[in-house]
Amino acid sequence: MNITSSEEGECVADSQVTSKKKKRLSKDHWTAIAFLLPSFILILIFVYGFIGWTGYVSLSNYNTIVPDFSFAGLKNYIYLFNDFRFQADLRNTLFFTVLFIGLVIVFGMGFAILIDQKLKGESIFRNIFLFPMALSFIVTGVVWQWLLNPSTGFNQFLSIFGIKPKWYTDTNILAGFEWGSIEFGLPVAIIAVVIAAVWQMTGFSLAMYLAGLRGIPDELREAARIDGASEFQIYRKVILPMLMPITVSVVIIMAHISLKIFDLIYAMTGPGANFVTDVPGVYMFETTFRGNYYANGAAIAIIMLLLVAVFIVPYLWTNRRSDN
Amino acid sequence: MASFQWGKFIKYVILIFFAILFLAPVYVIIVTSLKPLDQVSLAEMWTLPSSIDFSSYAVAFSKLAPNLMNSFYLVIPATLISALLGAMNGYVLSKWKFKGSETIFTVILFGMFIPYQSILIPMIQFLREIGLYNSIAGLILVHVVYGLPITTLMFRNFYANIPDQMIEAAKIDGASFLGVFRHIIIPLSITGFVVVAIWQFTNIWNEFLFAVTVTTSDSQPVMVALQNLSGSQIVQWNVQMAGALIAAMPTLLVYIFLGKYFVRGLLAGSVKG
Repeated sequence: MNITSSEEGECVADSQVTSKKKKRLSKDHWTAIAFLLPSFILILIFVYGFIGWTGYVSLSNYNTIVPDFSFAGLKNYIYLFNDFRFQADLRNTLFFTVLFIGLVIVFGMGFAILIDQKLKGESIFRNIFLFPMALSFIVTGVVWQWLLNPSTGFNQFLSIFGIKPKWYTDTNILAGFEWGSIEFGLPVAIIAVVIAAVWQMTGFSLAMYLAGLRGIPDELREAARIDGASEFQIYRKVILPMLMPITVSVVIIMAHISLKIFDLIYAMTGPGANFVTDVPGVYMFETTFRGNYYANGAAIAIIMLLLVAVFIVPYLWTNRRSDN
Repeated sequence: MASFQWGKFIKYVILIFFAILFLAPVYVIIVTSLKPLDQVSLAEMWTLPSSIDFSSYAVAFSKLAPNLMNSFYLVIPATLISALLGAMNGYVLSKWKFKGSETIFTVILFGMFIPYQSILIPMIQFLREIGLYNSIAGLILVHVVYGLPITTLMFRNFYANIPDQMIEAAKIDGASFLGVFRHIIIPLSITGFVVVAIWQFTNIWNEFLFAVTVTTSDSQPVMVALQNLSGSQIVQWNVQMAGALIAAMPTLLVYIFLGKYFVRGLLAGSVKG
C-alpha cells in the first residue's frame, strides 16, 4: 500500500505538527480500509469464490442428488452444445436480445425526443411510460400471459381486422434453416415475450435519454438554428451524436438483463412447445432445481456468465480507466 | 405557423396513442379483477364490469397475505443494511481513495452484472451449511451481499458531488475519518439514502430467482406466491389479476409518491451516473 506517499509531500513548518498529522492521516486511511474490508471480503467470497465453485461443479459428475465431485472434464459442456434444448436456448437468446435492445432504444429515444419538445402534460406522458419499471417481471409475466393469450386479450381487437396471431403458442420459426439439431431463425413465439419485456423496460431508456437531452445546452441548438439547420438536421447532426454514450450504457444494461433473463419467461410462457421460448436462465433453473443435474446446471450458468462478461468486462474496464 | 401547429398535433397523437397502449394492461387488470368469475369471459374482457365485485381481491389477499408479510420482513432489513454498508463503502471510495481503490471498486462493481445463476449452486450449499436455507434471514443475507455493488456505486456517485474542499476543511479542523463521516457525510446523505433505499426496496420486493430457490412454502416472498397462484390448475383470471395488483401495490405506491427519487435511482444505477 502506498498510502503515506502523498502525505509526505505536504510541507508543514512545525515538525511536531507534521509528525502528528502524518500519523493521524495514515491512521484514518487504515480506518477507511477497515471500513471497506468486510464488504470486499464478502464480494470476493460470494461473487468470485462462488463463481469458481460453480466452475468446479460444471467440470464434475455431480448430476445426481448425491454430491459427486469427480472430475468429468468438459463432458457437461460438450453435452450442452450438442443438446437440442440448449441450441434452441442460444438461438432464442440471440433473437430476444437483438429485438429487445433494438426496440427499447427506438421507443425510449423516440418518446424522449417527443417529450422533450416542451409539450403540455409532458410529466404525465413520462410517468405513463415509466411506471412498468416499478413492477416485477413476475407481475409483467402473469399479466401479459393473459393479454397475449391467443383466445383473449389483444386478439379480440386484432380479430376485428382478421388477424389472429397465436403469440407465444406459435411454434413457427421464421426464415429457418437447419443448424446443428435445431431450426435456426426467428421463433415467432419470442415476439410475444419481447413485447412484454419492451413494455416493461422502455421507461429505463426513456429516462436515460431524457436526462441526456436535458444535459445538452440550448445554446448548441440555437447556434445550429442560426447556421440554418432544420430541426431534423439538428437532431441528426448535433443531438444524436451527443447521445451516443447514453446509447452505449443502455445497450450494456439491456444486454446483461436480456442474457440472464429468467423470471419474465418463467412466469409468462415457460420453455414453450419445442422450446420456442426457452432461454438458458429457465433451462438452468429447471435442470438444476427440478432435475438435480447440478453439473449441467453449473455449466449453463458458466456459459451465461461468459456471455455477459463479453459485454461487461470491456465496459467496466474503460470506465475504470477514464476515472483515473 | 400552421405547419408548426400540425407538427405539435402529430406529436401529441403519437404520444397519446402509445400512452393508451402502455396503459391498456392496467385497464384490463383493474376491470378483470373487479368482475366475478362468470363475467370474466372472452367476449367481455374489455368491457366494464356490470357491478363491482371485490370477491377476487378477498380470495387473492387471503392466499397472498402470509407471503406479503414475508416480503416486508425481508425487504425492510435487507434494504436498511445494504444501504448502510453501501454508504460506508461509497464514502471510502469517493473521499478516501488509496492506491488500488479504483480497482477494488471495479472488482466490487462486477458483482452487479453477473447472472445470479452463476453463484446459485454454491450459495444454496452455503446457506444449508450455516442453517439459513429456507429462511427469511438467509434471503436477507443474500440480498445484502448482492446488493453491495449497486449501493456502493450509488453512494460513491452521490458522495462524489460533495465538494472535496468540505472534507479537507474538516480535516484541517481536526476531524478524523469517522468524524467527517458523522458530522459531514451523514447529514448530507438523506437524499442519497432515500434514492438507494427506494431502489433496493423495489428490486428486493420484485426479485424472484433467489426467492424461489432459497425458500420453500412458508417463508416464500409474495412474488413466488403470485407465480404459484397463476401456475395453479384452475385458471381464475380475476383472482390472478387481483393478486398481481396486490403484489405490485407497494412498489407502485413508492413510484407514485416518490417518483422523483425512483427516477434518480434508475439513473444512478446506470454506472456512469
